[in-house]
Amino acid sequence: MSATLPSRVTSASAAVTDFASTASCFEIEGLCLAYDGKQALRNLTLRIPRQRVTAFIGPSGCGKSTLLRVLNRLHDLNEDVSRQGRVSLEGQDIHAPQVDVAELRRRVGMVFQTPNPFPMSIYDNVAFGVRLQGIKRKRVLDEIVEWALDSAALWDEVKDRLHGSAWALSGGQQQRLVIARTLAVQPDVLLLDEPASALDPISTLKIEELIRSLKSRLTLVLVTHNMQQAARVSDYTAFLQDGELVEYAATDNLFTNPRLRRTENYITGRMS
Amino acid sequence: MTSWRRQGEGGWPWLAAGSVALSLLALLALLVLLGSRGLAHFWPAPVEVVTLESGERFAGQRVRQERIAGDPQVDVLYRTGNRDLDGSYWRWVGAGAIDTRRYPDDLLVLEREHWGEFLGRLVALRAAGDAVPLPAASDEAWHVLRERLTRVEALREQRRQLSEDVIAPLARRLAALRSSEALDPARQQTLTEQWEAARQRLDALDTALARDALILESVDGQRLEQPLAGVLAAWRPNAMSWVDRLLHWGRGVGRFLSEGPRAGSLEGGVWPAIFGTVMMVLLMSLIVTPFGVLAAVYLNEVARQGPLIRLVRIAVRNLAGVPSIVYGVFGLGVFVYGIGGQLDSWFFSERLPSPTFGTGGLLWASLTLALLTLPVVIVATEEGLARIPDQQREGALALGATRYEMLRRVVLPMAVPAMLTGVILAVARAAGEVAPLMLVGVARLAPQLPLDGEFPFLHLDSKFMHLGYHIYNIGFQGGDVERALPLVYASALLLVVVIVVLNLTAIFLRHHLRARHRAPER
Repeated sequence: MSATLPSRVTSASAAVTDFASTASCFEIEGLCLAYDGKQALRNLTLRIPRQRVTAFIGPSGCGKSTLLRVLNRLHDLNEDVSRQGRVSLEGQDIHAPQVDVAELRRRVGMVFQTPNPFPMSIYDNVAFGVRLQGIKRKRVLDEIVEWALDSAALWDEVKDRLHGSAWALSGGQQQRLVIARTLAVQPDVLLLDEPASALDPISTLKIEELIRSLKSRLTLVLVTHNMQQAARVSDYTAFLQDGELVEYAATDNLFTNPRLRRTENYITGRMS
Repeated sequence: MTSWRRQGEGGWPWLAAGSVALSLLALLALLVLLGSRGLAHFWPAPVEVVTLESGERFAGQRVRQERIAGDPQVDVLYRTGNRDLDGSYWRWVGAGAIDTRRYPDDLLVLEREHWGEFLGRLVALRAAGDAVPLPAASDEAWHVLRERLTRVEALREQRRQLSEDVIAPLARRLAALRSSEALDPARQQTLTEQWEAARQRLDALDTALARDALILESVDGQRLEQPLAGVLAAWRPNAMSWVDRLLHWGRGVGRFLSEGPRAGSLEGGVWPAIFGTVMMVLLMSLIVTPFGVLAAVYLNEVARQGPLIRLVRIAVRNLAGVPSIVYGVFGLGVFVYGIGGQLDSWFFSERLPSPTFGTGGLLWASLTLALLTLPVVIVATEEGLARIPDQQREGALALGATRYEMLRRVVLPMAVPAMLTGVILAVARAAGEVAPLMLVGVARLAPQLPLDGEFPFLHLDSKFMHLGYHIYNIGFQGGDVERALPLVYASALLLVVVIVVLNLTAIFLRHHLRARHRAPER
């Protein structure tokens, strides 16, 4: 991995409603997944566009987190998983035998529901993934750490205590640290599994701002059960129920003009 | 009326608190008993000159009194020493038979290399066969004795240094030279010359040591001549001030800790036993930690959780309950006779039939105890690994870490305190274990430490002493129980102290590491 910082061309960040005009990042075809004897995903087919924010919403247990964990193959860790269908990232099947899972996970970063910084200093947390890539030179590491923390809007808050424990940060700061840690390895995709559900409103707001600012450089996939949040930050929204994709559309359309009754019931709170 | 009774809680808080108090009390009683009996042994007790109604006189230190059932009279036990004069070290006297008891200042106690203690008076001093006039005043005579004794101590120290630092290495080099095939006459010549010179210096020291002798007299008038070289310490307990007594006590404790055993372990110290115990426990920890941690990592992180792994886990937990002597038998059969015998036939066949590794030794004892404590380490480490949230693991994997990198950089560092908890438990169990050691390498007497300046420095094949076995040995295998008992108490106290120190070291280490890998505040 080169140490140069990414400077991808920023596309228009206005909500793009036209699917066809955007290139796909992930393409999911006929994905079925069962584990522990339970059918978690049923025949999902969808396309996740590049450099947009795509939100998965749906009631608890609908399979939205499972789908997210398929995208970076974190689901491989579960035992007794059976899967059918195809998931490709930039045209390449992620389940192909020649795929290096560690490299896939570097390209597809993930942020979890509860912040999970490692028990080390802030600096070491951010440098963790970079060091795994074999980068050891302090000057390069310093540069990447500063860039990543800056990208996650955390640099100003922690620049004086980079070598203090990461566990001394507040919950919201920890979550942004985890995002910085993920950004530091320069992923193409960032998966966010209810990233703000354990945070207070102000921290949530900061995370949402961060998500909006990041979509110029990478593809974001957000799982949330907070519909306002999905409406606020995402470009596209997929509504899942019982492992099925019920409706998938541009966020504005889905929330203002849902095609299906089930979607409408859910987003208006008549069921949860 | 206490509040809990009014609230109708019943008496259970008192019951619970009472159990705690009882446990603490039992622990305290144990320490007080060991401490008082063991440490009192080094206190310079006053010497009584007892005159019986029959007119007989003897000197002795009062040990205790006892009333024998059915006998109205109280009997008093005195430690009289002078085994070379009376044939006995102890004397029971009926309290009623005692006429007078006096505490003369000039009574002397000598600790001797042979025959134990002498109690009596100094009559004359002899140097190179000629009597040296002693001052009439007993205080001044005492000073002369102290000066002579200081000289003897210095000579003894020179002799020890000479034989340990010069003669022993020379002897080893000569032996090595003789056994090697390539003859080197010139080298042998110089070594032999050095050896002769050292022997001459040793002889000179021995002559100087043998110069002085004491003429001693017991209180009932028997005389004996005691070479000063055989006197290890002298004191006048009745003339000592409290400060002197305290200093004497401190020196006694110091010598107990730093010297090797003498006279069937009834005199001298326990240093080789302390060293052997600590050495064995350290070696055991070094062996058990990597194995236990790897096994726990396999069970918790690598293996597919299923009925088989559950069975293995139950088996491991049950291994912790296997009696230690069973491990001893296993160690003897597998390590000593099996592996040790095989090693001997491969590498040390020139020494056969006398075994090198095919007999009990430090290595086999440490291995046996490592096996014994393995379940403890596995269980503690596994519990520590299970406490680490899966999110930490997933966080590492999601950054592109392989499973090995995740374990190495995130999981294992977080589990270090739990591993150390396992090691602490293992040390506590191993340091007190005696039964298996009797089968796999502990020795009744092994003054040679297993660690020295001689290649390969740590002698894994050597037998070693162990405090626990030492206690058993002097207390129940020796002759004179009355003499052994205080040493049993002192050694037991020491064993407790050694274990506490080992544990505190590990706890300190764990605390230090925990500060680095602090648990989440949430």
